[in-house]
Amino acid sequence: MADASCPVPFSTYERVVLAHGGGGRVMHRLIDELFLAAFGADPLRAQHDGAVIEVSGLLAVTTDAFTVRPLVFPGGDIGSLAVHGTVNDLVCCGATPTQMTVSFILEEGLALERLRAIVGSMAAAAREVGLTIVAGDTKVVERGKGDGVFISATGLGRVITPGPLSPSRVRPGDAVLVTGPVGDHGVAVMLEREGLSVDTVGDFVSDAASCLPQLRALLDAGVDLRCLRDPTRGGLATVLNEIARAAEVGVHLDDAAVPVRAEVRDACELLGLDPLYVACEGRLVVFVPEPDAPAALAALRATPGSEGAARVGAVTREHAGLVMAASSFGTTRVLDLLSGEQLPRIC
Amino acid sequence: MCLAIPGLVLERFDGPGGLPFGNVRFGAVRREVCLAYVPEAGVGDYVIVHVGFAIQRLDEAAARETLRLIGAGA
Amino acid sequence: MRWVDEFRDPAAARRLADGIATAMTRPWTVMEICGGQTHTIARYGIEDLLPEGLTLLHGPGCPVCVTPLEIIEAARALALRKGVVVCSFGDMLRVPGARGDLLDARSRGGDVRVVLSPLDAVQLAARDPSQHYVLFGVGFETTAPATAMAAELARRLDLDNFSLLTSHVRVPPAMAQLLSDPEGHIDGFLAAGHVCAVEGLADYPAIAARFGAPIVITGFEPVDILDGLLRCVLQLEAGRHEVENQYARAVRADGNPAARATVDAVFEVVDAPWRGLGVVKEGGLAMRSSWARFDARRRFDLTVAPADEPTTCRSGLVLTGRLLPTQCPEFGRGCDPDRPLGAPMVSTEGACAAYYQFRRSAIEERA
Repeated sequence: MADASCPVPFSTYERVVLAHGGGGRVMHRLIDELFLAAFGADPLRAQHDGAVIEVSGLLAVTTDAFTVRPLVFPGGDIGSLAVHGTVNDLVCCGATPTQMTVSFILEEGLALERLRAIVGSMAAAAREVGLTIVAGDTKVVERGKGDGVFISATGLGRVITPGPLSPSRVRPGDAVLVTGPVGDHGVAVMLEREGLSVDTVGDFVSDAASCLPQLRALLDAGVDLRCLRDPTRGGLATVLNEIARAAEVGVHLDDAAVPVRAEVRDACELLGLDPLYVACEGRLVVFVPEPDAPAALAALRATPGSEGAARVGAVTREHAGLVMAASSFGTTRVLDLLSGEQLPRIC
Repeated sequence: MCLAIPGLVLERFDGPGGLPFGNVRFGAVRREVCLAYVPEAGVGDYVIVHVGFAIQRLDEAAARETLRLIGAGA
Repeated sequence: MRWVDEFRDPAAARRLADGIATAMTRPWTVMEICGGQTHTIARYGIEDLLPEGLTLLHGPGCPVCVTPLEIIEAARALALRKGVVVCSFGDMLRVPGARGDLLDARSRGGDVRVVLSPLDAVQLAARDPSQHYVLFGVGFETTAPATAMAAELARRLDLDNFSLLTSHVRVPPAMAQLLSDPEGHIDGFLAAGHVCAVEGLADYPAIAARFGAPIVITGFEPVDILDGLLRCVLQLEAGRHEVENQYARAVRADGNPAARATVDAVFEVVDAPWRGLGVVKEGGLAMRSSWARFDARRRFDLTVAPADEPTTCRSGLVLTGRLLPTQCPEFGRGCDPDRPLGAPMVSTEGACAAYYQFRRSAIEERA
């Protein structure tokens, strides 16, 4: 009879209420029964104000906020997405993820079962890459002031590459690879949104995944990695533009070589989207010296999830700051940044 | 202008307000399309769809003729 | 028949481009008046395949871009009213009016939704009687039947919480106006295939005869465009000016009579402003007074006062073919897709934006 004094026991709530962020017993039970049960790390169990961790060597740090609608989509949910996103940012720094801190902003009214599932998939995704969640926080906002769950995460990782990965190391002549087909995540999420009234016949699953195996495979193959980037918002075209600008080089993209699954292409035709600008959450763009490209590609293709890796282009001295896409017609065009998010179009 | 793409009519049914509708497949995606403007289109026909409306039934013989004239494979 | 891939065949494209080069004995200027075609031309770099002497002009073929400023302002005002939801197509949301676009209205608390079909807006209204849903319906003759059917469905469902703010325009009158411009120099036209899928060919023989310009109804894939251009050039070289149908797989001579009948029931032909072109005689459609119940302008007593484009915008010259986008002094300087001065810089279908997005190297070459 632990809670005779509690006027409303935790178990009667099926949804998030403001009290879940209020600092009282209701909040503590949420932390104990939902978060600690899933994450179960010692530093977290200590329930201190923060975690103390020992560091040696180079440390990579990244921070990111995650919002996605719907919260659950084919191939993942916002919980696994937050881990994969954080892991992939660390991977792009040449690091293997070690610890992570998370804060949840919960909207009043969110079903606790849904939250439990999200936290569960977050824990599973973290375990998969040996990542420990060492500190966390929960706040609750009034109904209508949030989109179910927002997650903010900070990841720490140990650098495992021999040298730094950076756009500044990209050189004319380098090969550009992608670790798999592009656009799956963005299309899978968009098709799930209410109001689009589009059904699927084929297979639409987000590519959201950790790219740590790809980094390890590339390092094991002895490839000299220049730069890694995960093509999330704005997709492949946007990432290539960012690198072209930062490195002051041109990027030549071979349109026909970019792997896009037929299903994704069909959906993009229907919605009037360009798959080159659609987000991935489990892919890397890899810049390597040309002589290392065959080994890099072979290593990637031997890695589960990256069987569809492809060489898509090359870095050029000409057209510095621009991405030039070559069409199957032998013509080229500038592949620019978009003004904003792609919206389904009629014309 | 006017993004319109070819799709295959999978079935016909009565939609809201008694309007004729069809399930139309565009490769791996499918959506409900108003067929009020292509009363002659049946299951198995290809139609061209713009903003949720089939605006024409596609003519395969005409397509093959265009391809023949330009010497492209059909 | 896969309907699309066959018409993206690079070998066929090269053969057609060679055919154009062989046929040409003197320079010609051809205008396409369809944003979908402009998009394909830019995306596949079609102009790089063409002989020097063939100039392509990109006409006012983007229906969201020719929507007048004042109508966008009216849509913004509606979106900001309590209890009103404005539904439109995704590409309409970023077209700036005099003071901002619909995304800006949304950031100010307006309820703006993206729909893929006008009927989706009717169904939203049917499911949620607590709010009034306005379909902001824009487009060429291709889209007008869908808007008209939305009105018809609302009537059948007897909806009191649905109305339409429309800005539909008609392409052939705009073509005639462009051809009658004494300073213009358009030798031939690629006509918009999907407009003709609805309207048929009836409007064009008179225009072709009056201005001595060949008109080729053309599809949207790269091979279609090159085929359309070849047919146009062959006519020009032979001194012919006929209406030819390259897009026969989707365009019948009489178009789609059922679609036209519904459009005629809901709309009447009126003189209408095109952004960048000014008022085009018989260039638009307005809802008939018998549909007043579903006409947002009447229901909300909207005043739609004409608004002026920024004076530095030369879109009129670009849209009439007197100036290439890259020749405009503001191109890439005072005007880009993030801060468009005028309509053609707005969506990737707009003539200026298509140049900007796909051919920005032109800026570097010029600088």
